[in-house]
Amino acid sequence: MTLKEVKVGRSVIVKKLIGQGATKRRIMDMGITKGVEIYVRKVAPLGDPVEVTVRGYELSLRKADAAMIEVE
Amino acid sequence: MSLSVALAGNPNSGKTTLFNVLTGTNQFVGNWPGVTVEKKEGKYKGDKEVKITDLPGVYSLSPYTLEEVVAREFLLNEKVDVILNIIDGSNLERNLYLTTQLLELGIPVVVVVNMLDIIEKRGDIIEYNRLSQELGCPVLPISALKNKGIQEVMTKIKEVAFQPYKLKNIYNKEINEILDIFKSLLVDKVDTTRTLFYSIKLLERDNKIISALNLDIDETQIIALEKKYDDDSESIITNIRYSYITNIMKTCYKKGSTEKLSISDKIDKVVTHRILALPIFAFVMWLVYYLSVNTVGSIATDFVNDNIFSDGFELFGMFIPSIPEFITNALEVIGCAAWLQGLIVDGIIGGVGAVLGFVPQMLVLFLLLAFLEDCGYMARIAFIMDRIFRKFGLSGKSFIPMLIGTGCGVPGIMASRTIESDRDRKMTIITTTFIPCSAKLPIIALIAGALFNGASWVAPSAYFLGIGAIIISGIILKKTKMFAGEPSPFVMEMPVYHLPRIKNVLRSMWERGWSFIKKAGTIILLSTIIIWFLQSFGFENGSLTMVEDMNHSFLAMIGQTFAWIFTPLGWGEWKAAVASITGLVAKENVVMTFGQLYGFAEVAEDGAEIWSTLATSFTMLSAYSFLAFNLLCAPCFAAIGAIKREMNNKKWTIFAITYQCIFAYIIALIIYQIGNLIFKGIFGIGTIVAIVLLMSMIYLLIRPIKENNKWEVEFSVK
Repeated sequence: MTLKEVKVGRSVIVKKLIGQGATKRRIMDMGITKGVEIYVRKVAPLGDPVEVTVRGYELSLRKADAAMIEVE
Repeated sequence: MSLSVALAGNPNSGKTTLFNVLTGTNQFVGNWPGVTVEKKEGKYKGDKEVKITDLPGVYSLSPYTLEEVVAREFLLNEKVDVILNIIDGSNLERNLYLTTQLLELGIPVVVVVNMLDIIEKRGDIIEYNRLSQELGCPVLPISALKNKGIQEVMTKIKEVAFQPYKLKNIYNKEINEILDIFKSLLVDKVDTTRTLFYSIKLLERDNKIISALNLDIDETQIIALEKKYDDDSESIITNIRYSYITNIMKTCYKKGSTEKLSISDKIDKVVTHRILALPIFAFVMWLVYYLSVNTVGSIATDFVNDNIFSDGFELFGMFIPSIPEFITNALEVIGCAAWLQGLIVDGIIGGVGAVLGFVPQMLVLFLLLAFLEDCGYMARIAFIMDRIFRKFGLSGKSFIPMLIGTGCGVPGIMASRTIESDRDRKMTIITTTFIPCSAKLPIIALIAGALFNGASWVAPSAYFLGIGAIIISGIILKKTKMFAGEPSPFVMEMPVYHLPRIKNVLRSMWERGWSFIKKAGTIILLSTIIIWFLQSFGFENGSLTMVEDMNHSFLAMIGQTFAWIFTPLGWGEWKAAVASITGLVAKENVVMTFGQLYGFAEVAEDGAEIWSTLATSFTMLSAYSFLAFNLLCAPCFAAIGAIKREMNNKKWTIFAITYQCIFAYIIALIIYQIGNLIFKGIFGIGTIVAIVLLMSMIYLLIRPIKENNKWEVEFSVK
């Protein structure tokens, strides 16, 4: 399962980051790394992007990028 | 002894507030060379020998955004004695990530933990001494907002500067073995204190650094490591950093017991609510527009334009003449030559006055924007609007420049400053003026009145034309080599809401306003003088003189020479060409110029006097093509000045203006030629050209995107 499919209000643990390049590095720089807990807070009014809580702060990312994050 | 301090930290960590507290009014704001990133330098209030450079807010030293490239290059290549790293204490974990990178640079670091009030309110506890031991550098609590702990920080900075410095190495034996190999390659290439940082970058396969160092790297070790960890080397390093931080957090940080919703969470629940978000957004935007364009801003701007620069006004029962009036009188008293008087009053004061008139409006807008940015709502705007705008290669924040652009393109362009991504910002600057601004309304009224019998669809169609131009340009430019690449980042922090600090908001307003005023004094001044000269001088009765009738001016001659360019657009008549050129000074001049050229000394704003004359020299189609061209082509000099200010780059400014003109020409051509084909059945070479252009435009719109995911910025190692 990827972060993209996680329902609002659920918490998940990051298993792995797929893909490579600058966007992946950015996602990791912002604290989404293996083993960290992510809480999906909300989806934007138009359905994209999503807002999550990670390492105690709010982060928003697009669904396309959320699909790069494998969770469980 | 002089000391150079670099202030580094994440965005939203209170960096600006700290910088203002440290430097007071001893600041210099400029741009980093060649990029649109703002550079701030200042001297410490208590000791002028301490120079402080405020680096752009960054999350990491891996270059992702332009800001990060700039910050990294400064730290590596300039003389930095101490890094002052500010950390948001309410967001310790992610803020420490940058710290782990700064500690590897080989420069003494002083860490200050900010936002003590939030930490206290939450009941969190940070063990500063233990954190200091763990990181191997001084850690001090401060409150930038309340000016607490600042002196101690400065004392500490002076203490650690020029002291022997021990690098923090958080890597295990396995990785250090590989790093040692790279370090041996770096011996003669970089400063010895920087070898740890560079060896890590080599391990991460950082392209910019590898090519800057001109090294050949043996990757066998890296590949083996990556196999073992089942990840790429860059991710391995990031993971190590974050696990190191997680460990520190366990010993140095205790979370408070209060787990209830903070005020910020409550605000956010409403403001980005699935259903309420859009109405609230619309209301906020209406308010910004209403205050800056409709009421406060325009009252102030009208006052400047109508009173200070035109009619004069009464103050406490005393009549104060307007500046032009005052100067005219003064010049007459000293017996100044008529041409010089014309140059000073009509050329210089008139031209620059037209531009400075925008300043009050801009200041109101900048005040509101600074407030939205500071309180945290700006990030939510991007969050709400991202879905729509990224389709055209723009940012969710592009909405604001475009909305403001309906009032005036100048503040609209300046509002693009709030967009982080350089690429989105450039794209927004190029397209913002396609939206008809209020000065273009008289042109619309003129054309609608003279040729369309005042039809009500003309004005809305102008706005649709503008929006269409933005969408088409966005999609076409996004696919060109210059802008191609991954859609701009939207991995964005949503900062906690807080009440902005008045001082910061006012300062931001003033800095932005001032940078525009400076521009008005240079490029805009020069351009308006040239146009003034061309339209007031010419050959009359066989001699070079100041002309009474604009028909005899140089501008008219130029118009007559180049009018043929516009023949394919249906308005090859020179008067229309001249009117378009004077539109560069201010768009409402187009109507005035037509009036003068048709022999009226003065016309109403919508040019009602010349409607019938105009109707004979235009057809409906050629008039609409004229309208389209004037709405989309290069904006007025004030807006061009704003473009130059924001692009901070000559090439990009020229590109923006050229693109706008060519785009306007093509659209006007297509409207006229294809319109003629449809409504009148006229088919000629022009029709073929128009069809070819239309087809190419459609091709450019639908062609697949070429992959080019590097937004290249050169990096060098000194």
